[in-house]
Amino acid sequence: MDPVSAFISGFKIPIGRWGKQFFDFLTTNFEWFFNSIASGLATALEGIVDGLLWLPPIALILLIAALAWYLQRSWKLALGVTIGLLFIVNQGLWKETVETLVLVVAAAACSMAIGVPIGIWAAHSERGYRFLQPILDLMQTMPTFVYLIPVLILFGLGIAPGLIVTVIFAAPAPIRLTYLGITSVPTPMIEAGEAFGATRRQLLWKVELPAALPTIMAGLTQCIMLSLSMVVIAALIGANGLGKPVVRALNSVNIPLGLEAGLAIVILAIILDRMSRIGNGGAK
Amino acid sequence: MNAAVDFKNVDIVFGAAQKEALELIDKGATRAEILEKTGAVLGCAECNLTVNEGDISVLMGLSGSGKSTLLRAVNRLNVPARGSVMVTDDGRQVDVASCDNATLRHIRQTRVAMVFQQFGLLPWRTVEENVGLGLELSGVREAERKERVRKQLALVGLEQWAKKYAHELSGGMQQRVGLARAFATEAPILLMDEPFSALDPLIRTKLQDELLQLQEKLKKTIIFVSHDLEEALKIGSHISIMEGGRIVQTGAPEDIVLRPANDYVREFISNVNPLSVLTAWNVMRDRRDLEHAGEDGWLWLDRRQTTRFKIDADGLVAAAERNGQPAIWLSCDEVEALPPDAPRVFWARPGTSLKTVMLAMHRSQTSPVALFDEQSRFVGAIGIRDVLSAVLRR
Repeated sequence: MDPVSAFISGFKIPIGRWGKQFFDFLTTNFEWFFNSIASGLATALEGIVDGLLWLPPIALILLIAALAWYLQRSWKLALGVTIGLLFIVNQGLWKETVETLVLVVAAAACSMAIGVPIGIWAAHSERGYRFLQPILDLMQTMPTFVYLIPVLILFGLGIAPGLIVTVIFAAPAPIRLTYLGITSVPTPMIEAGEAFGATRRQLLWKVELPAALPTIMAGLTQCIMLSLSMVVIAALIGANGLGKPVVRALNSVNIPLGLEAGLAIVILAIILDRMSRIGNGGAK
Repeated sequence: MNAAVDFKNVDIVFGAAQKEALELIDKGATRAEILEKTGAVLGCAECNLTVNEGDISVLMGLSGSGKSTLLRAVNRLNVPARGSVMVTDDGRQVDVASCDNATLRHIRQTRVAMVFQQFGLLPWRTVEENVGLGLELSGVREAERKERVRKQLALVGLEQWAKKYAHELSGGMQQRVGLARAFATEAPILLMDEPFSALDPLIRTKLQDELLQLQEKLKKTIIFVSHDLEEALKIGSHISIMEGGRIVQTGAPEDIVLRPANDYVREFISNVNPLSVLTAWNVMRDRRDLEHAGEDGWLWLDRRQTTRFKIDADGLVAAAERNGQPAIWLSCDEVEALPPDAPRVFWARPGTSLKTVMLAMHRSQTSPVALFDEQSRFVGAIGIRDVLSAVLRR
């Protein structure tokens, strides 16, 4: 090795060790906190899953199809949803599908609940957005497996850490799209609101949010798709669902099982995508 | 006459270096100099203007002259760096430039309404929801709101469009919605920022006429921004010409046309047809300036001494003579009806348009036209030279 390289690598900055020390500190001092979050989330989500599985599959399928019709006013979509879900039942993956559905919908709901307010805040604060941007970049580019480990340590195995990694991965989409939607509201509309004496709150609710709604809804669709793409990763840390059979198929080189589970994920993705496109010709 | 809006030494500067820019304004620096030295953009400087109740005051200028900037100071969409904008609110004078937010909102909700160039309608709301925006923001109950919105829509002739969305309407209709929205708050002061510029010429003329008709009924105080002098001359009771952020001349339309303050204004009006603004009053020579034509109150109406009137003690015309022959005197309004013969002299009222006066001259072998007031008293005369110099602006 040449002397310069030797000098540079002579003292390694202990980034990794610092990180571990930080997580050790969290686990020893705040274990109760993370444990209660994990068990709270797990109880809630598993309760919902149990409730839905208590219904006969055909009843749940009809309910989902009815919801699809209500959201999009399309008989074709409702029919497609029914056929797709019946196919999944036929493949014997119904329980896993319901588990995944609950995880994805819950993760998307959490992401929206976190992302939309943050996006609104960033849109109104130039400095806020500058501060947020590197964090969003980090959340989206950091390989998932890297934060899988600390989340696993803090929250243990199961559906709760699955939900948390999914939210970390999916939340930047609604944040960015809410920010984009609000900052691109045409100035004349804002000024029309101001000129007629709107308060800041009225301006937000009566002008900015309605104007940004299509973009925010695109954020919801993206958020659902990103959550679904985390299903297999979530399965690695113990979240039940369609990811489990995929991981099992990979480990045992089981082509039929992988194909069946993969297809079920695709069907679920298409259904959720079509149903969540609110504001594009659907019900207002 | 009460002032509805009073601009006092208003300076508006865009950019961080406000203080430096204000110092330069005091030294009389131009916009280009201020931009170069401080990086700040001068919006408007040292603007003084009083708009009386019931006036239509037009701010005129090329784009970038600061006319919209000044207008938007009235509801503080632009914040003045210095100076004050006084608006009457519940009988007391409020300085919009410095009042607190609650007062500002009250003024925006009840005193000052605005119409925008690009309409500023909200596309997810129906026409009636758009018109009701101001009322909704100030917390008017739904039943009352519906009623007031319906009234405004009737006023602008859009009742049957109430349930449509804004984008389903043509541009002219959209701006009518904008007008109705501004009228709905019943604010006495109306700011109009080039409201008709985005419309095609036919619709523009139509809406100008409609605005003037509505103004007859509603008697608002209107501040109107325009870059179109014809439009300004048509609707304005006063016009302020702006250049580089400063007001260079304020006056009645005919003042601007007859007595432009500088070359900029002269250039501005060079393309305007003076016949569309001038009246007999603007071009006449006063009675006291006319030459005597002998004893007994005879006066020459023209410099060439072709026509003379005998004026009695009450100021009424007792006799007329043209080219030495006794003549009759007739109103200009009858000029179309009569065959061109017999010596005669036409008279006009002060408000008669210059065009009618010229037609009368044409029909009477270029005889001068007399001017009578409402009591038929002789007040002055217009010779052919007066007309020519007004038209040619010499």
